[in-house]
Amino acid sequence: MTAALRFDPIRLPPECEELRKEVRAFLADEIAAGTFDPHKPQREDSDAPEFSRRVGERGWLGMTWPKKYGGHERSFLERYVVTEEMRVANAPTRRFFVADRQSGPVLLKYAPEHIKMDILPRICRGEVCFAIGMSEPNSGSDLFAAKTKATKTDGGWLINGSKIWTTSAHIADYMIAIFRTSPPTKENRRHGLTQFLVDMKTPGITVNPIAQITGQYEFNEVVFQDAFVPDDHVLGEIDGAWKQATSELAYERSGPERFLETYYVLTELVRATGPNPDTRSAEGIGRLVAQLHTMRRMSVSVAGMLQAGKEPVVEASIVKDIGTIWEQQLPHRVRELAAFVDVDPLNHPTLDEQLAFATKLAPKLTIQGGTTEVLRGIIARGLGLR
Amino acid sequence: MTESDNIVAETAERIFTDLADAQTINNSKDASWKAPLWSALTEAGLPLSWVPEDCDGSGASIADGFSVLNSAGRFGIAVPLAETMLAGWLLAQAKIASPPDAMTVAPASPRDRITLNADDTLSGRARGVPFARDVKHIAVLATGAEGSSIALVDAAQCKIAAGLNLAGDASDTVNFDKVKPIAVKPAQKGFDQTSLMLMGGVARSLQIAGSLETMLDVSVRYSNERVAFEKKISKFQAVQHNLAKLAGEAAAALAAASSAADAVANSTAFDESIFLEAAAAKIRCAEAAEKGAAIAHQVHGAIGFTKEHILHRYTMRALAWREDFGNESHWAVELGKLVAARGADELWPLVASR
Repeated sequence: MTAALRFDPIRLPPECEELRKEVRAFLADEIAAGTFDPHKPQREDSDAPEFSRRVGERGWLGMTWPKKYGGHERSFLERYVVTEEMRVANAPTRRFFVADRQSGPVLLKYAPEHIKMDILPRICRGEVCFAIGMSEPNSGSDLFAAKTKATKTDGGWLINGSKIWTTSAHIADYMIAIFRTSPPTKENRRHGLTQFLVDMKTPGITVNPIAQITGQYEFNEVVFQDAFVPDDHVLGEIDGAWKQATSELAYERSGPERFLETYYVLTELVRATGPNPDTRSAEGIGRLVAQLHTMRRMSVSVAGMLQAGKEPVVEASIVKDIGTIWEQQLPHRVRELAAFVDVDPLNHPTLDEQLAFATKLAPKLTIQGGTTEVLRGIIARGLGLR
Repeated sequence: MTESDNIVAETAERIFTDLADAQTINNSKDASWKAPLWSALTEAGLPLSWVPEDCDGSGASIADGFSVLNSAGRFGIAVPLAETMLAGWLLAQAKIASPPDAMTVAPASPRDRITLNADDTLSGRARGVPFARDVKHIAVLATGAEGSSIALVDAAQCKIAAGLNLAGDASDTVNFDKVKPIAVKPAQKGFDQTSLMLMGGVARSLQIAGSLETMLDVSVRYSNERVAFEKKISKFQAVQHNLAKLAGEAAAALAAASSAADAVANSTAFDESIFLEAAAAKIRCAEAAEKGAAIAHQVHGAIGFTKEHILHRYTMRALAWREDFGNESHWAVELGKLVAARGADELWPLVASR
């Protein structure tokens, strides 16, 4: 067999179910206290710093990191449970989500010790927000075309250029970004980019908001004009960012956020349909639930493989490819099934409102964090076609 | 389950490799390949994997048996192996000993019912029963006044109307006209026709997942050999993306089927969680069969549409297996009803419980 895909039927261990109860109870309390409305999809521009701190107090940030940095040395599967429960509840995770999933692990691996000791505990306490500086006006999927320059100066680097589509840059305390430190070589066009930690309060950084078609505002253009970044903020090898970027992708691409982004419309459809669906509604709901269950089992399987120290890069890309397409299609399928549902149920306005929002949001799901086309390229490489 | 993780599956895999080579079978003009394959399988005790030793079987675990079926799907096996395993398993539910030869099970559709009459005879019609005309015995799930019963029937006592599935394998209509069974016993409490359909559905899901793995394998290989416009077609992005989608469908089918198999293997009852796992697996695998088979054929072009090429052995079987033990439309309606009855706020807890 050329293609040895593995999706072992991993089950969450019993300690995860205890944790799930705690998370559900916590979220129920937060909802009761009016922190957020579970029927309203996560508002992309909503920032909930107090909620973020309370999540940190519960020990649910940096869950897998070493205790000396404020982490809790728990498993990826436990982190998985917290993530999926927050997502399904539409909890406002914006402030801590990127730091916890992505930026923290990068710092753990590449930052000098004093920076780890300074920043990681603050992430675990839910105090800091991170942004990721990858795309530029003329480089998106083609990451290695990035031009924003870091020029060596006394004690550090001067940054000039701009990043774009930078989620949360307007509320972020830090950004982890790639900048050009050398031109690419003939042999390796990926050479010459370096990963940096940037304090967003640095003089010379301007954040300009970009409005989105959902009516929300989450992403930004970030302009650098002689912004100074000290030497100890270089993350990893100078000119060698391309070696560092790929191994983290499995974490980024296979989580519950890759198929649950529009889940709320399915819940509301079931509510509007009621306990005695006609054949058409029942079949439609059944097919959607079969997909949902399968996606989740695939995603848990990848989490289990990560926990076991494997690098399921192709499997993770498959999860994101079919998961994002599913969550993108979900509002459209729900719309079709809702067409003949009685308009009287109390939640109908909620469903209509959610459908409108999810339908407008849907196009971005197969673009952010690696487009469908990029993912299929990775899968094709894994199959031995490239 | 892509690698043999147990001795039972390894044995099956070795027999399939030696005696069920797809190209050899495809080239053969008759059914002479069947007897040596079946006798090797029987010698290894595989058809009666799920029959405990005290019912004359080999007493392998449920999980091991499912691995064999996944492997059988990868090889596009067209002998009543899955059917005999299911029949033996069904008989064992009522502690009825299995005869040594090939068997099948009836009904094979949730829409058919076989009735146990007051005089202990069986009446009814079962359609799409795989390999019915090729076997000596049929294991029957019958419904009577007292609930479900399990019976062993001599196939010669039934009227069998021959039919073929999409792959050309026997898929027959079996008429039970006051048939006197060889043995009949009541099923355990809670075991009914739905239990049989769920078990059969998981078996077919694993076979479909296996066939998709092979579709992916042969399609990738072909795309790396075939040259068009002066390069291998695997170098065209459109072809690469199609194959990536096929990999996604194979992966989804494998994940859903393996999960359902694991769930059944570790459960003592066919409860709501098994219902979700098994129904979802059959739905997802059937959908994957449609999408995956279309891509495998597209990549192969005209050669894949010929009898001479082995591709149809996998694509047509995957499509045919969708029908057995409840197709995806049936299970989707049943799953939808279950979800609706539990209510909107119980959907996520159900999904998250798996």
